[in-house]
Amino acid sequence: MSAPAPALRAPAIRAFGGRVSVRVHRRGAIACALLALAALATALAGLAFGDYPLSLGEVVNALAGRGDGSGAFIVNELRLPRVVCALAVGAGLGVAGAIFQSLTRNPLGSPDVIGFTYGSAAGAVAMIIVVGAQQSAVSAGALAAGLATAAIVYLLSYRGGGVQGYRLVLVGIGISMMLLAFINYLLTRGRIEEAQEAAVWIAGSLDGRGWEQATPLVIALAVLLPAAFLLSPRLSLLELGDDAATALGVRVERSRLTLTLVAVAITAVATATAGPIAFVALAAPQVARRLTRTPGPGLLGAAIMGAQLLQGSDLASQRLFAPDQLPVGIMTGAIGGIYLAWLLAREWRWRRA
Amino acid sequence: MAASPPTTPVPRLRAAAPSRALGLALALAVLVLLMGASLAIGTRSIDLSTVVHALLHGGDGDEAVIVRDLRVPRTLLGLAVGVALGLAGALMQALTRNPLADPGLLGVNAGAAAAVVFAIGVLGVGSLTGYVWFAFAGAAVASVVVYAIGAVGRGGASPVRLALAGTAVTAALTALTQALTLLDRDTFDQWRAWSVGALSGRDADTLGQVAPFLVAGVLLALALGRALNAIALGDETGRALGARIGRTRLLGALSITLLCGAATAAIGPIFFVGLTVPHVARAIAGADQRWVLAYSMLLAPILLLAADVVGRVVARPGEVQVGIVTALLGAPVFIAIVRRRRIAHL
Amino acid sequence: MSTDRLRAEGLRLAYDGRVVVDGLSVSIPDGGFTIIVGPNACGKSTLLRGLSRMLKPRAGTVYLDGAAISSQPSKQVARRLGLLPQSPVAPDAITVGDLVARGRYPHQGLLRQWSRDDERAVGEALAATGTADLADRAVDELSGGQRQRVWLAMALAQETPILLLDEPTTFLDIAHQIEVLDLCAELRERRGHTLVAVLHDLNHACRYATHLIAMRDGRIAAQGPPGEIVDAELVEEVFGLRCQVIEDPQTGTPLIIPAARTGTARLA
Repeated sequence: MSAPAPALRAPAIRAFGGRVSVRVHRRGAIACALLALAALATALAGLAFGDYPLSLGEVVNALAGRGDGSGAFIVNELRLPRVVCALAVGAGLGVAGAIFQSLTRNPLGSPDVIGFTYGSAAGAVAMIIVVGAQQSAVSAGALAAGLATAAIVYLLSYRGGGVQGYRLVLVGIGISMMLLAFINYLLTRGRIEEAQEAAVWIAGSLDGRGWEQATPLVIALAVLLPAAFLLSPRLSLLELGDDAATALGVRVERSRLTLTLVAVAITAVATATAGPIAFVALAAPQVARRLTRTPGPGLLGAAIMGAQLLQGSDLASQRLFAPDQLPVGIMTGAIGGIYLAWLLAREWRWRRA
Repeated sequence: MAASPPTTPVPRLRAAAPSRALGLALALAVLVLLMGASLAIGTRSIDLSTVVHALLHGGDGDEAVIVRDLRVPRTLLGLAVGVALGLAGALMQALTRNPLADPGLLGVNAGAAAAVVFAIGVLGVGSLTGYVWFAFAGAAVASVVVYAIGAVGRGGASPVRLALAGTAVTAALTALTQALTLLDRDTFDQWRAWSVGALSGRDADTLGQVAPFLVAGVLLALALGRALNAIALGDETGRALGARIGRTRLLGALSITLLCGAATAAIGPIFFVGLTVPHVARAIAGADQRWVLAYSMLLAPILLLAADVVGRVVARPGEVQVGIVTALLGAPVFIAIVRRRRIAHL
Repeated sequence: MSTDRLRAEGLRLAYDGRVVVDGLSVSIPDGGFTIIVGPNACGKSTLLRGLSRMLKPRAGTVYLDGAAISSQPSKQVARRLGLLPQSPVAPDAITVGDLVARGRYPHQGLLRQWSRDDERAVGEALAATGTADLADRAVDELSGGQRQRVWLAMALAQETPILLLDEPTTFLDIAHQIEVLDLCAELRERRGHTLVAVLHDLNHACRYATHLIAMRDGRIAAQGPPGEIVDAELVEEVFGLRCQVIEDPQTGTPLIIPAARTGTARLA
């Protein structure tokens, strides 16, 4: 074992005499940068287009605080919070989805699996149809119901000192089915206006989201997203199997639990803001992974892709059927579904087996 | 997660054939009892002697009419749909080697819903019998698309591919359904009534419409039993045992489409049965797919008819739709099973 | 009281209520190549997993550097004790280079993600296992033998003074088996590492071990230098195999020759 072999191609940025070093994956970095630019472009488009179209210059002025009355109001009070919500919820769902897919080693893994989505939907529908509540109360009810459901699912699958992953998924499915039945029951019972309002909430919508929704969302994600990124190396080691991960010094049970809690918390906050827009959590990590080809869970790529997907969908949902607005969840389902199907078909056509 | 020993343990051999046959006979007996209950119980309780009389001798009294025109078609429909869903679920889980597979994964429910909503919203179809053909067509088209995407290129439609493709197509179709229902209030109103699977309001015509597809699907499913056993061991081992993997998958998918499409077309989407009944069937009968299919055929209608009867009793004089009750009844039972036993893998 | 770095006292190891090892005490000689042999299901892999903290003992303690292993932070332990597990899982589409690089995790931190040391260690690990030219290939495209060497490279990249290997020679052809075992012997001689391996092949074990542990039914049947403890009686007692033990003409270590089927032995 004399001279070291040629180093593997792993460029890194080093500083402070080697005490600080960060690994850079070339293709991943380029793809992320391009995706981020696309997200920015879509965001600016979201600020410019609308019932009162504005030019790019007016948008920039308004953002910088220099704009005149109506333009500044439209940008800063109406459209900007909505765009911020879209970007933040999208990024959060992308990260949560990537975490779940990595933890369950299943490309279909998603936070829905612990019954959270149906729980929060049931809570919201009950609040709208039974209580007749308004937006903030609906969000609060959804959040509480979602968390309660996740807790119940966890407790029911706890047996003999631990939660076996398989049992958790099965219990989650069982509870989800019950909640779905409950939701359908309420939908058939309520008055048609309320039922349709509830159906809009279930589809996932960003309509009418202002700074009262955007601010708490951004604050929560400012804490949760960095936490997720900090845990990312542990996540990539968990992918090697429990034995290898333990051998490398990862506390497997604790890391898994922490990561799950972070993912659930992100999903909870996102769902409270916009309702269950589930397909983003499923599709964004898959698409990002194929574009960036990074090894590992790829949280950054998933975040940017999620933000781009949701903001693009929101823009489309506002303009496509103008003046009618469709809930954004419909767009993400349609766009995400079609794009994923195309991507899969393309990949499978060229794969060797 | 519990640590696992390095060597794989030998699986316990299941109950021998005689007691499995006995169990099957028992299930059949329960099913017949439930059918009787379904004929007798309802908004108006009718005793069994009247029921039997009405069945055998006809008659024009109120009760005889209720039995013949309302309850017999309803019971038969529940039986047929139950059989279809149970078989489709067992098939789906065997084909994909995934105990979490639901027949809806192939996009059947989503396709049916999208087609029905399209018929209501765009074409103005208003009657249940009108929906049936659309629902069936939608289900068929959806599963064809899913299968086509999954079968692209080499490697064929493997379980993972079917699941991924199914998820993508389901998402797109669900989006379409939601768009159509949220753009028009009347469409929404009709859709929300249909989207909860219900045995009420359906008549003998509906059963007649879907019966040929159901029968074809059942026959096809039963014929695949032995091939499914071979597939359960993995593609390569199965091939070594002489099973034609590609053909079995194609025929299996066809059968699932026929069964699920017909069931959803007849009474709307029912979510729980196809997923959970095969679990119970496997817990009782073990891993032999022929027994699992047989038990699923009987246990699913038991669940469905029981749910229907409960739905009629619990909210008199109204009723709770069967789609809701199956989930509310079945889920706790399912969870109890999951908690108690070691998970029955395929 | 032994001064070896890795030892265990009164270990009871069980899976789900089935006790595999009970009341077992063992000390792994520092700087030696300890090999554990025994028939299937004798508990040798279980013992290895217990020593490496994969499996929490129901009773007894494992000591690393004088302190109980369970009381030390896992990442710190990982800098001193490494394990090559029996059936590792490779995530989808990961390349060889990336997989081996993950072995550096115990030495990395938030700010120190990829130091020159990491690069050097990975390069050396790849070269030592002959997988340097595979560095850009996807792990799931490799053959069983190549994959095994890649996992070994990851364990080597961890650069731990004590290395545990659970059946490191499965899937390898004879040439590569010897290569891996020679590599282990070199690690011990040139760098003074302590190695513990579970092997199936008794002859390989006799050839390479400085300390042999023969297990049966969850107990240690015999332990010591192979030349001292391995004879026909021991092989029959532990494995139930009738054999003849001679001296290996190349290395002088015991060579086990299974007895021929009755009636087929050549006349001496």
